[in-house]
Amino acid sequence: MPVFYGTDVESPLMLGTALYPSPAIMAEAFRASGAGIATVSLRREGGAGQDFHNLIKGLNVPVLPNTAGCHSVREAVTTAQMARELFDTPWIKLEVIRDDDTLCPDVIALVEAARILSDDGFQVFPYCTEDLSVCGRLLDAGCEVLMPWGAPIGSGRGLNNPYGLRSVRAHFPDVPLVVDAGIGLPSHAAQAMELGFDAVLLNTAVAKAGDPVAMARAMALAIQAGQLAHAANPIEARDMAAPSTPVFGMAVLG
Amino acid sequence: MTEVTILGAGVMGLSIATELASRGLTPRLIDPAGKPGAHACSWRAGGMLAPYCEAESAEPVVVRHGRNAADWWQAQGVEVTHRGTLVLAPSRDRAELDRFARMTEAHSPVDAETIATLEPELEGRFARGLFFGTESHLNPREALRVLRDRLAEKGIEIETDAAPTGLTVDARGLSARDELADLRGVRGEMLVLRCPEVTLTRTVRLLHPRIPLYIVPRGEGIYMIGATMLETGGKYRVTARSAVEMLSAAYALHPGFAEAEILELGSDARPAFPDNLPRLRRRGNTLYANGLYRHGYLLAPTVARMAADYITTGQRPEFMDEDHP
Repeated sequence: MPVFYGTDVESPLMLGTALYPSPAIMAEAFRASGAGIATVSLRREGGAGQDFHNLIKGLNVPVLPNTAGCHSVREAVTTAQMARELFDTPWIKLEVIRDDDTLCPDVIALVEAARILSDDGFQVFPYCTEDLSVCGRLLDAGCEVLMPWGAPIGSGRGLNNPYGLRSVRAHFPDVPLVVDAGIGLPSHAAQAMELGFDAVLLNTAVAKAGDPVAMARAMALAIQAGQLAHAANPIEARDMAAPSTPVFGMAVLG
Repeated sequence: MTEVTILGAGVMGLSIATELASRGLTPRLIDPAGKPGAHACSWRAGGMLAPYCEAESAEPVVVRHGRNAADWWQAQGVEVTHRGTLVLAPSRDRAELDRFARMTEAHSPVDAETIATLEPELEGRFARGLFFGTESHLNPREALRVLRDRLAEKGIEIETDAAPTGLTVDARGLSARDELADLRGVRGEMLVLRCPEVTLTRTVRLLHPRIPLYIVPRGEGIYMIGATMLETGGKYRVTARSAVEMLSAAYALHPGFAEAEILELGSDARPAFPDNLPRLRRRGNTLYANGLYRHGYLLAPTVARMAADYITTGQRPEFMDEDHP
């Protein structure tokens, strides 16, 4: 199971808390999936949303607050500070967005904010791209977890760049890695785990499914399958067939 | 005869009073704020009677009961506009339209030509959409006024400073949070625009992954635009971000909205239980009727009928949850 900043997490599924038909269905999705972490947005759901925060706390899983919706270093830092007070945790999922249509991370501002927050004692989970230089800079800034995107948030496209994600894994073998965003189907989540990622963070794929509870369970099973498969050391793909039944001793006809 | 006092003269309280009065009772109605107005969150509702569209995110029970709402309002003398709902999406968000179609029923697909026939001003703007032909809408403020006037004709006036007698029906919406720990507020923000340049005759929903929007015509060039859904509880003013998002979505629907006058920016909190479904809850000599969430005008008739049946016959309503804490 993943270990983030020395904390053992009970499941490699990290589930968001937005967009569900109701808090009751959200709670059921968490139960059905056994998700190890709940992410919660501060920017729009913060402030006086005490009732909703209590519902999140009632899920009884560790909370990872995020800075979704922040567009600048200063905004992200302030939001992180609010989150720390509200949820009493040094964890922060750091999101700094430049473009509202792709919700692509602003990696320059991200590195800067990660440095400020790490220096201030935060344990930063940066939502980043699969760019190796950016990942390296984030580690230099004090991050001990990396969360490259699979595809733009909410797009459900799966892993757009498996090669890039594989390189991140290969370059940083000891850093806990999470595929964050872009997951649409359980097969996408399984693929991330097969690549050797430590966890998968998703929200829309479950919350907006026709049956969020069933989809949450499907994601959890797929993640488990991918994790087992990675640990089982899968075979390499090859171009030619390799018979799985021995041919020796078969009758030679003709 | 059963003595009943209803607390709260929003859509819930007035509907229950109406149902009790139709069964021959004369309930008292207490609301410290007096007649329906900006203090009630039902004042800022859209007034869509759109059970099929709601199925996109609501439980089937909302559709089943919501189907009867239009008839009920009409029977009370409220003007209900039966012109259906047009659901549209910008071409790059077509996937949202497919999802909406899968999650709902009672719609037919419409192409550019049909959209132009239904709403001529939208000609050439959208290639595809969904038409929910059996849905309708009303003007919430007008509806509240009609209920209040009809009750007044029967001698039931809203008292502002009085103590309840008999069975208390608590229909105070989010104000009942002091007694209902599992009630929360889901914030909604809305705008009222005057835009005689644009003529839309029915509710139009514009799908968008981040900013879904609906526009309900109020007649005479006035449009209600809503509504955000934020889990922030309290009642604040509209944020700049929400206003900008709603206005740009309106502009995306029809550029004519750029010339609109903003008559009103409103914000309130919808009372909701964790499953976002309404509840009747009996505690001692109080019956709580609450949790209409975003379905005030759609479900108030059903909840009112259930409350009145329970009070007059003891019949256990579907939305009763005495077992809840």
